[in-house]
Amino acid sequence: MSTPISLRRTALHAEHGKRGARLVPFAGFEMPVQYSSILKEHDAVRERAGLFDLSHMAQFMLKGANVASWAETLTINAVESMKPMQARYNIFCNARGGAHDDTIFYRLNGRWLLVVNGANAEKMWHHLQANVAENVRLENLHGDGALIALQGPKSELMLQPHVDVDLSKLKYYFCDEGTVYGRPAIIARTGYTGEDGFELFVFGEHAAEVWNGLLSDHEADGLEPCGLGARDVLRLEAGMPLYGHELTEEITPVQAGLQWALKASKPEFIGRNALIEQLERDEYPRIAGLIMKGRAPAREGYPVYHNGAPAGEVRSGSIAPSVGGRNIATALLDKAAAIVGTSVEVEIRGTRHEATVVALPFYKRTK
Amino acid sequence: MAQPENLLYSKEHEWVKVDGDMATIGITDYAQSSLGDIVYVELPRVGKQIEQFGNIGVVESVKAVSDLFTPVSGEVLEVNAALEGDPAAVNRDPYGAGWLFKVKIKDADERSNLLSASDYEKIAHD
Repeated sequence: MSTPISLRRTALHAEHGKRGARLVPFAGFEMPVQYSSILKEHDAVRERAGLFDLSHMAQFMLKGANVASWAETLTINAVESMKPMQARYNIFCNARGGAHDDTIFYRLNGRWLLVVNGANAEKMWHHLQANVAENVRLENLHGDGALIALQGPKSELMLQPHVDVDLSKLKYYFCDEGTVYGRPAIIARTGYTGEDGFELFVFGEHAAEVWNGLLSDHEADGLEPCGLGARDVLRLEAGMPLYGHELTEEITPVQAGLQWALKASKPEFIGRNALIEQLERDEYPRIAGLIMKGRAPAREGYPVYHNGAPAGEVRSGSIAPSVGGRNIATALLDKAAAIVGTSVEVEIRGTRHEATVVALPFYKRTK
Repeated sequence: MAQPENLLYSKEHEWVKVDGDMATIGITDYAQSSLGDIVYVELPRVGKQIEQFGNIGVVESVKAVSDLFTPVSGEVLEVNAALEGDPAAVNRDPYGAGWLFKVKIKDADERSNLLSASDYEKIAHD
């Protein structure tokens, strides 16, 4: 007999039901995968704006005088050099250089907010606690704090009337503490769609008010509620890694092409030696972009061949409305195959289909 | 959407329209709605002999690959070539422009293994 897994609900669960979302289990929560149509929601974000409930992502509040110097030892990117109200992408690795999780640090007034993937929430909480240092205090807000993302070219225009922060002065990867609809919020210019946009951290009890306020005030401007299905297509087009796909405990940030986030000049952090050795040897399989020639979609796990020999496997794949409706994919490929312009084959249900290696990202917004 | 009364249905959410010894086959409105945006359809080759309830292709949505089964046995006479460029026709018009393939029926008695519209209605909303 199997025991039913009880899924957690975000503060916006009832709102998703009212708007007809299709709910699926994701990272231990019951989350909307789509409302109307993944492709329609994708287009809303590229052309206007979309609203996402990301409250399944774990929010850890880090306090104490030593947070920054402590975090330096656990992550590959710089932490201490962050300016007040700056946000920074960062990765926690294991000793082999594989990724525990990719995260964002937000340096707030007198504390730090660390946002980790929902699927890694428990693992990361244990990892932080196991490595905790003097003058570092950890607070787990997972599931209590809500996170609402407003993403798309019209985000600033839509959000400005409802916040007490001048959004025209809020730079990409910076945040501010203020209010949205009069409720306390951390307002960050971050996102995971390849568009301009904001992420709003609010208390769970205020989430529905902010969510419904934005949707009713901007429905006429084309704002649409969006599910995780659209988010995955948007992030893949934008060449952003998804933990469990392009980054895993086995796939390192170097393999994922995230060298820009690796501060090798930091004297010591978990995974440093393995990552530097991997970079120097330069023989590792690496994440590459693929565009399928035909109409059959490439999917996770499909084998890839180069010159008739196995060369790796697909890690993510989707139809890409912003890449001319082509089928795009990421694949972990041998070095010799992972060269832009190389012709490879993806095996789909026993038949090999032609694809071309391309540079990431597939899609870049025009400013 | 109610199921058209003049069709037969399979438990795997295909519909069949029988016209003499020819059957036209598609997936139901319930199936297309459950799948979401359909982006690719892989159908059997014309001339292929297929067996009732056999796996003969796939229907892919943005998120998932779903197996396609044939509700009747016989020879594939025609596939809907328009779906190659416009798979979303299956979403827009599952009982019309979104038909999938046509079969020359081998065994008319197989119909007893299929469901009426009202019987299908019961399983589609479980």
